[in-house]
Amino acid sequence: MTAMRPAVEAKGVTRVFQGTGQDAVRALDNVSVSIRENEFFTLLGPSGCGKTTLLRLIAGFDFPSAGEILLYGQDIAPLPPFKRPVNTVFQSYALFPHMTVAENIGFGLKMLGKPKAEIEARVDAMLTLVHMQKLKSRRTSQISGGQQQRVALARALAPQPKVLLLDEPLSALDYKLRKEMQIELKRLQHETGITFIFVTHDQEEALTMSDRIAVMSSGKILQVGTPWDIYDHPAQRFVADFIGETNFLDGTVEGAADGKARVTLRSGARILATTTSDFRPGSQATLMVRPEHARLVKAAGDLSGTVETVVYFGTDTHIHIRLADGGPFIVRQQNSRCAGCGFEAGDKVGIQIGDAAAQMLKD
Amino acid sequence: MAKRFDVRQQNGFVTIAMVCFFLLYLPIGTLVVFAFNDNESLAIWKGFSLRWFHVAWNNTLVIESSIRSFQIAAVAAILATITATMAALATTRTKPYRGLTFKYAFINQPLMVPEIVTAVALLIVFSRIKIWTGYSGLGYLIAAHTAFCIPFAYLPIRARLESMDLSLETAAADLYAGKWQAFRHVTLPLLWPGILAGLMLAFVVSLDDVVITEFVKSGGQDTLPTFMLGQIRRGVTPEINAISTVFLVLSIGIVTAFFFFSRKRT
Repeated sequence: MTAMRPAVEAKGVTRVFQGTGQDAVRALDNVSVSIRENEFFTLLGPSGCGKTTLLRLIAGFDFPSAGEILLYGQDIAPLPPFKRPVNTVFQSYALFPHMTVAENIGFGLKMLGKPKAEIEARVDAMLTLVHMQKLKSRRTSQISGGQQQRVALARALAPQPKVLLLDEPLSALDYKLRKEMQIELKRLQHETGITFIFVTHDQEEALTMSDRIAVMSSGKILQVGTPWDIYDHPAQRFVADFIGETNFLDGTVEGAADGKARVTLRSGARILATTTSDFRPGSQATLMVRPEHARLVKAAGDLSGTVETVVYFGTDTHIHIRLADGGPFIVRQQNSRCAGCGFEAGDKVGIQIGDAAAQMLKD
Repeated sequence: MAKRFDVRQQNGFVTIAMVCFFLLYLPIGTLVVFAFNDNESLAIWKGFSLRWFHVAWNNTLVIESSIRSFQIAAVAAILATITATMAALATTRTKPYRGLTFKYAFINQPLMVPEIVTAVALLIVFSRIKIWTGYSGLGYLIAAHTAFCIPFAYLPIRARLESMDLSLETAAADLYAGKWQAFRHVTLPLLWPGILAGLMLAFVVSLDDVVITEFVKSGGQDTLPTFMLGQIRRGVTPEINAISTVFLVLSIGIVTAFFFFSRKRT
């Protein structure tokens, strides 16, 4: 088998929730996506975008209104959750409060009817994997949130599922612990070789952990790609806006060829932008420029404006500029010893946009 | 900073509380004290004695009706608790739908319909059945007690189910537990304190019942409360006090035992 074969495939999946009266909610609208074996795949989107619904359909807690969900080629959409070789780490952890840590981890294996010795060995291995050997006989109410998180992971991994589903598992942890668990999750995925499907609304989390990301909005998948793809080559304005900070500029296309387009901005400045789709000359377009891809200069530049505020972030500085045409623009400059960059609120400045820095977007 | 409102600092709080407790416990206290009275009279104290406890213990009618009371209460409480558990599961483990509130009311009907109405209704129905079947055993009392005990068992079980995290059952299903396994390994152990509370409540309510029992019982089927009612009609001795005191101690014992038992489990 090649590493590229799909572990999970959704084909034309729709889930409609019948509301009270006529209004029905399309939580998922004809969604198709293919998730590869052994990859860390993230469903990313704002709340209500359908990411958790899709996860619940794969887990079997809910059933699609239309479409197929394939697990290694077999349609599992009609199966109840206990007949799917898929396990879930819940947002609330959902640990069994009347059982010890070890009993929690062994629960799945016990339900599968595995012999006692095998369960014990596997539970021990899991405890070692998540560094919880010392707490195996504790009740789950007697351990901290981070430890509960580890137990929830071990419990879901113990039956060796083909796919592990994670429903915003880090959202209840504080910032430092969350960073630690992000690394821990990557390590676990690497060590177990299990396909992880991770749901989050935190774009930074998605960028740092995922092999590939699907950005969702209003029940649809807008773009699937590597973190690099999603960040640097967003297909749509929504994706560009949702991931990271972005400046948007309006312009008119003058001509396009070989993935490059010459655009006249509203200010009259002409810049070269990359493009993924065809734009006819004369049409309106939205351009996106990441704050770190623009450079502030004392004079000249492609755009001009006035510095409004300077925000210091330690490693870098964000400079908020009001453009001559009234729009906002943010430039991020890395801090080095020599320069507080020498820009202050009220300064008249120019903004330089490099050749590959601007990108044209579909709305 | 303004002081937080505290009911204990209101004028007259202590006085009102004391009056309430006094009114609640004075009659019970008097009853217990006179159970130890060495006299035929309920009101005139002569001296300390355990004589009426002996009298009650040697009264076969007291012993027989007590045993009957406990038999009925035990069977009725268990049947009512099983039924109530099923009813509670059926009314909480479902999406809300039209008519669900009506079902709550339907299950809790014995709490709302005056007992005397139920009693008369049962008397009429059971007398018919007695004629048709010729059976006149304890079954009627047990059936009647089971019916009015159901809401008392139902309420604590439902409260427990409603406060239970539904994702636990979802997690069990995710970890390969079928419906029955999930119930047996997750729902039931977590529900257990609620079930015990329901069982105890049903038991005590059944033990206590007079009205329905008085109407439904056949000859020679006195329970302890109906027996005591009969005794009072014939003139009262401190024997009644002695029986009541034993009853009181037993109830307190059961409730206390349950309290500690349930606290340990949760």
